Amino acid sequence: MNIHEFQAKQLFNDYKIPVPDSIVVDSAKAAAQATGKLAGDSWVIKAQVHAGGRGKVGGVKFAKTPEEASDCAAQMLGKLLVTKQTGSAGLPINSVLIEQTYPIKHEFYLSLLVDRHSERLCFISSIAGGMDIEAVAAETPEKITTLFLDPAAGLQGHHCRRVAFSLGLQGEQIKALTKLMHGMVQLFLDKDASQIEINPLVETESGELFALDAKINFDDNAIAAHKDILEFRDTRQEDEKENIAKKFDLNYITLEGNIGCMVNGAGLAMATMDLVKLKGGTPANFLDVGGGTTVEKVTEAFKLIVSDKNVKAVLVNIFGGIVQCDVIAQGIIGALEQVKTELPVIVRLEGTHAEEGRALLHNVAPNIIPADDLDHAAETAVKLAGVGA
Amino acid sequence: MSILINKETKVICQGFTGKQGTFHAKHALAYGTQLMGGVTPGRGGSEHLGLPVFNTVIEAVAATDATASVIYVPPFFAADAILEALDAGIKLIVCITEGIPVLQMLKVKAAMANSDALLIGPNCPGIITPDACKIGIMPGSIHLAGSIGIVSRSGTLTYEAVHQTTLAGLGQSTCVGIGGDPIHGMTFIDVISRFQADDATQGIIMVGEIGGSEEEEAAEYIKVHVTKPVVAYITGLTAPAGKRMGHAGAIVTGGKGTATGKVLALESAGVTVVNSPSLMGEAMKNALQTM
Repeated sequence: MNIHEFQAKQLFNDYKIPVPDSIVVDSAKAAAQATGKLAGDSWVIKAQVHAGGRGKVGGVKFAKTPEEASDCAAQMLGKLLVTKQTGSAGLPINSVLIEQTYPIKHEFYLSLLVDRHSERLCFISSIAGGMDIEAVAAETPEKITTLFLDPAAGLQGHHCRRVAFSLGLQGEQIKALTKLMHGMVQLFLDKDASQIEINPLVETESGELFALDAKINFDDNAIAAHKDILEFRDTRQEDEKENIAKKFDLNYITLEGNIGCMVNGAGLAMATMDLVKLKGGTPANFLDVGGGTTVEKVTEAFKLIVSDKNVKAVLVNIFGGIVQCDVIAQGIIGALEQVKTELPVIVRLEGTHAEEGRALLHNVAPNIIPADDLDHAAETAVKLAGVGA
Repeated sequence: MSILINKETKVICQGFTGKQGTFHAKHALAYGTQLMGGVTPGRGGSEHLGLPVFNTVIEAVAATDATASVIYVPPFFAADAILEALDAGIKLIVCITEGIPVLQMLKVKAAMANSDALLIGPNCPGIITPDACKIGIMPGSIHLAGSIGIVSRSGTLTYEAVHQTTLAGLGQSTCVGIGGDPIHGMTFIDVISRFQADDATQGIIMVGEIGGSEEEEAAEYIKVHVTKPVVAYITGLTAPAGKRMGHAGAIVTGGKGTATGKVLALESAGVTVVNSPSLMGEAMKNALQTM
């Protein structure tokens, strides 16, 4: 689960990770008023959306007067922000963060995440902050410091000193960074985060450290145990269809193609998307109906797929294991009676009782096309959807 | 022979009396698995499916001499269940449960680091040696005792590989679903090295997906150590970056773990990589004929 920058900064505050003073507002008037409550004579106005890359597309602006702050907020609020991370539809700006500014000496990068390979928590830091860390890693890997935390010993002083020296920090700053890194680890462990990223972490002209930006992702597997984090959820920033799918325990991800896919199993669902692409089509979605396929789930899955106006054909790919194909076929017929779609539905059933399942689908409705071979099913779906249509 | 499990393997089930545990224990018994009993805290001393129920894994092991355990407990209790099995001296722990928090799995893996016990999963279909022992949720009926070792991160794609090798008359020596979570037990290399050493296994099919670097590491291993033909299928070529594709571990982040990178690594190791999931059986048949 993702949260907003202002929410992440609230958590940073709770864990003594220094952040600039800021106020979140949802109107231009409140933006102007907020400047009066914050120190300094210039402020930054930041669009609150669940995506990075805001600065390049007008989602971060600077103001020197309350009027300018009000104007900036007015330009952002109610608009859709399209960044390289949002997809072409963009995300709505429902609130903006008004923040105090500082003269900045250096911008650094600092993040904490779970490293799959070492199976440990891992800090990544860089003296080259404020930019795309992946580009830094690719072009100047010597500017990146990576360190791993032993699961029993945890974060030690030497870890923090190593990061501090690599960033050129001195004296009291090393203590400040040590405190900050301990705060990050504690927050990570307490709240089951999957990543905490500070980009940039800044050193001001007066030598103080601040998390200028804050990004926290949480482990979806653990989120049910964290009611306080769940309250941060902003469904306006999430895909509507993906949220409906979650209610029915379906795994659904919206894509931009025209062939709707319904599959049991995540791996087979991805494989089906790949096969559609291989045959020259584009998938409209990823959809895993899960292992215990029921009529209800199949029906909800069909509703979701056909609610996407781009969809021109539906490809159903089910490998019947313990759930038998004839039961699934009845489910599909029942679902289509409810959903009433004219779209061609290509159904590939394989596994237990596959032949009985196919026989049931034969001649049920003109738009239901049973297929006994996965390649052929994908080809048929691509053909009927009309390539490039 | 086979790897990891055979006709003699004695198995217990954790979460035995629950809905999932009951359903799959019935199927395991029908398949001929030596299921000795199970564990449900608080139900010790009773019987379920005609088998004894124990309060703790230690009691179950003492009474049954089981060396393997299959776990069907809910996600927030599954890490505890794995650690309980480890404590009781179980040598093969198969965790089917999906949705265990990552931080809990980090603790589990740290605890297992100094032990010779093996973990399969979590978030996996389990392991089966056809006609001998089935530990997990896979449909027994699609399997055929034979010569192909199958290892996969995905459940239903494992079934595809099984089905195709059955239709091709090759059958399977052992099939291992290593699971779709980022932090998990046995890796591709752990399983492939055992297939290489197993006399009954003549060819290996591996099914990988986006995320992590285990396929690339397996490619390096295969290049040096594996003489048997290997066929691979990697899924997720069309998956958008940053999106978790169902499995918690199936995600491309920071440009790493892409399907293309994995395919290239495997091809350079001499592995036959097929571009459609329906070609795995056929490719293996061809690979064996050209040996």
